[in-house]
Amino acid sequence: MPDTLVKVEGVSKKFCRSLKRSLWYGLQDLGSEIVGHRHGDMDSLRPDEFWAVRNVSFELKRGECLGLVGRNGAGKTTLLRMLNGLIKPDAGRIEMHGRLGALIALGAGFNPILTGRENIYINASVLGLSKREVNEKIDEIIDFAELGEFIDTPVQNYSSGMQVRLGFAVATTLQTDVLLLDEVLAVGDVAFRSKCFDRIGKLINRCAVIFVSHDQTQISRICDFCLYLRDGVPQAFGQAYDVLSEYSKKNLKPAVSRSVVLHPTVTKFVCKPAVTHIHWGEMLHFVIEVDCSEDFKSGLALLALHDSEIPVAQAEFTQILNNSPKKNHEISVKLGPLHLKAGDYGLAVTILSENKKSTIIHAINCAIIHVKGRNGYGVCYQMPCSF
Amino acid sequence: MSDRKITIYTADSCLFSPALGLRGMFSDLVSGRELAWQLAVRDIRGQYRQAFFGMLWALIMPLASAITWIFLSASGIVALGETTVSYPFYAFTGTMLWTIFMEALNAPLQQVNGSRSLLTKLNFPREALILSGVYQVCFNASIKFALMLGALLMTGITPGWGLMLLPFALVALILVGTAIGLLITPVGVLYGDVGRVVPMLMQFVMFLTPVVFPIPKAGLAGALFRINPLTPLVHNARALLAGLPLLALDYYLAVMSVAVILLLLGWIIYRLAMPILIERMSA
Repeated sequence: MPDTLVKVEGVSKKFCRSLKRSLWYGLQDLGSEIVGHRHGDMDSLRPDEFWAVRNVSFELKRGECLGLVGRNGAGKTTLLRMLNGLIKPDAGRIEMHGRLGALIALGAGFNPILTGRENIYINASVLGLSKREVNEKIDEIIDFAELGEFIDTPVQNYSSGMQVRLGFAVATTLQTDVLLLDEVLAVGDVAFRSKCFDRIGKLINRCAVIFVSHDQTQISRICDFCLYLRDGVPQAFGQAYDVLSEYSKKNLKPAVSRSVVLHPTVTKFVCKPAVTHIHWGEMLHFVIEVDCSEDFKSGLALLALHDSEIPVAQAEFTQILNNSPKKNHEISVKLGPLHLKAGDYGLAVTILSENKKSTIIHAINCAIIHVKGRNGYGVCYQMPCSF
Repeated sequence: MSDRKITIYTADSCLFSPALGLRGMFSDLVSGRELAWQLAVRDIRGQYRQAFFGMLWALIMPLASAITWIFLSASGIVALGETTVSYPFYAFTGTMLWTIFMEALNAPLQQVNGSRSLLTKLNFPREALILSGVYQVCFNASIKFALMLGALLMTGITPGWGLMLLPFALVALILVGTAIGLLITPVGVLYGDVGRVVPMLMQFVMFLTPVVFPIPKAGLAGALFRINPLTPLVHNARALLAGLPLLALDYYLAVMSVAVILLLLGWIIYRLAMPILIERMSA
C-alpha cells in the first residue's frame, strides 16, 4: 500500500541579497533562536531580503517521483536543502518519513591523499552508512565503480571520471525511503551512464523521489508529477507532461527571451516564417534577409530549432552564403520535413565569420514554431515509421 | 514500518520541545560517533601521509616551541622567577599543556570551517565534527603525554602516585578548551573576526597562566594569576606529573564543573545555530 513519505505544507524561505546584512541577520536569528522565539518573523521581510521559496506545498508517496523545474535561481535547490534538513524553513512545515538519501555531492568528504578504499568508508559514513553495512557491500561498490586494482591508489591520482564513479557507487548503495536528486542521474562515460540509469531506476521504484533538473527529457522520463517554480513561487503543479509544457511555453515567449546579436557591419536582419503553426512532418518555409555594409564570407552558418534552451535539430547553410560573396543576401529556406513532437520550438540563426572566431549574427528565438500532432514522449525527434 | 523515523522541520525554535531536542542531541551524538572516528582517522592520516617525517612532526612541533623558551631563559633575554623544578622542565611541560588546551579550544571552529562544503550539501549528525575534533586533540595529547613522561625520566624526578591522575588532568584541559571553543564557534563561523581575536587574546592569557612564567608571589600579577581559571588547570597537571603539591583544589574542581555546564550549553547553542549558519555559508 503506498504511504505518504513527504508532506510539505506552505513552506517559505527568505534570503538576503547583501552579505554584510545577511551575517548580521544571522546573528539576530541566532539570538532569537536561543531565547526560543520563532525563526524570523513569519511574513515580513527585513531590508534587502527576498523570498527564495514562497508557500510551496505538496505530498509524495512511495514510488512516486516529483520533478522540480524552473529557471536558475527559482528556488529549486533551496527547497531541496530544506527537505534535506540543512536549513530551516521560515514558515510552513516539512514532514519526512524514514531514511533520507541525497545524490547531491558525489564523493563528499573524500581526502585526496587517502586511497579509494579508505575513502569509501569515509564517504559512506558521511552519508549515514555504518561500517558493517559498508563491509558487506564494499566488493559490490568497487565492482560497480569499475576501479579494479586502482582501489588502493590515492584518490588524487584518479581521473575525474573515476572519482565521480566511486562517489556514485557509494551514494547509491544507501537504501533510502526518500531520495533527493539534484541534476545527478548518471556520471562518467556513455557505457557507465547506462549502468547508472539502471541503478537509479531500481532505486526510485522503492522510494519517494524529488528530482531537480533542467533536462526535460529526463524529467518526463522518470517523474510522475512536476512543480514549476518561478522566483520561488509555485506556478504550476500537476502531471509532469502538463507542467513541462506550461514551463516550455513560459520560457519560449519571444518577448522575453528573444535575443539578437549582430556584428556592427550588419545593417539588416530579417527572419520571418510565413507560417508559424505546422503539423508533425510538414515543411517550414521562410526567408532570411541579411544586409551587410561589406562583402562577407562565412565559416559556418546554422539554423537550429530549440526546445527551451536545448537545440533539438539543426541545418547548415554555409554553402549558400559563400556561393557568391556579396553584401545583400536573401535566402529562401525550406526546412523539413519536421518530425518533431508537439510543442513550441524557437528558431535560431547563427552566422559566424570566415575564421569562425567572431559572430556576424546570433539570433535566438527569432520566431516560435508551434508544432501540432504527436504528443511525443521523451526525445524531440519523432521518427516516422510504418509496420 | 511503524517504527519508521519521522522528521519534522518547522520555523519554530527547537527549544519549544525540549524533551524532543534532548533526545535528538544524544541520539545524534551516538549515531555520529562512527562518522567522527572516520573523519578523525581521515584527518590524522591525511596530515602525516604526505610528509617525509610522517608522524615525527607530532613530536617536532611541540619540542621546537619548548626549546625557544628554554633558550630565552638560559641566555638571560627573559628574566624569570624561581621555579620549584628545573626551568627547562617547567617550560617544556608548560608549553605541552598549553598546546593541548589551545588545540582543544581551536578544534570546534576549525572543524566546522573545514567542513563547509560538507555542511552545505549533506545532512549528517553535526556532533560528529566536534567529536572528531576532540578525538584528534586526544590523539595529539597522548603523544605529548608520552613526551612529558620522557622529559620526566630525563630530569630524574621521582613521580608520585599522582602521575596516575595525570590523564584526568589532561582531560580537564581538553574539556575546558572544548567548552570555550564550542561556545565561540557559532559567532566564529559567521564572522572571521573571532578567528583573529582569539589567538591574540589567548597569547595574552598565556602570560597570566603558569606556562612559561612561574606564579608571582605577590602584587597585581600574582592576583591575576590566581583569578585566572586556567592557572589551576595547567599548574595542577604539571604538579601531578612532577609529584608537587596541588594548588587551589576547590577552585580547580569549580572550574571543571562550570566547564561541563558550559559544554552542554555550547552544545545546545551549536545545534540550534547550525541551520542558520549553513544558510549564511552559501548565501
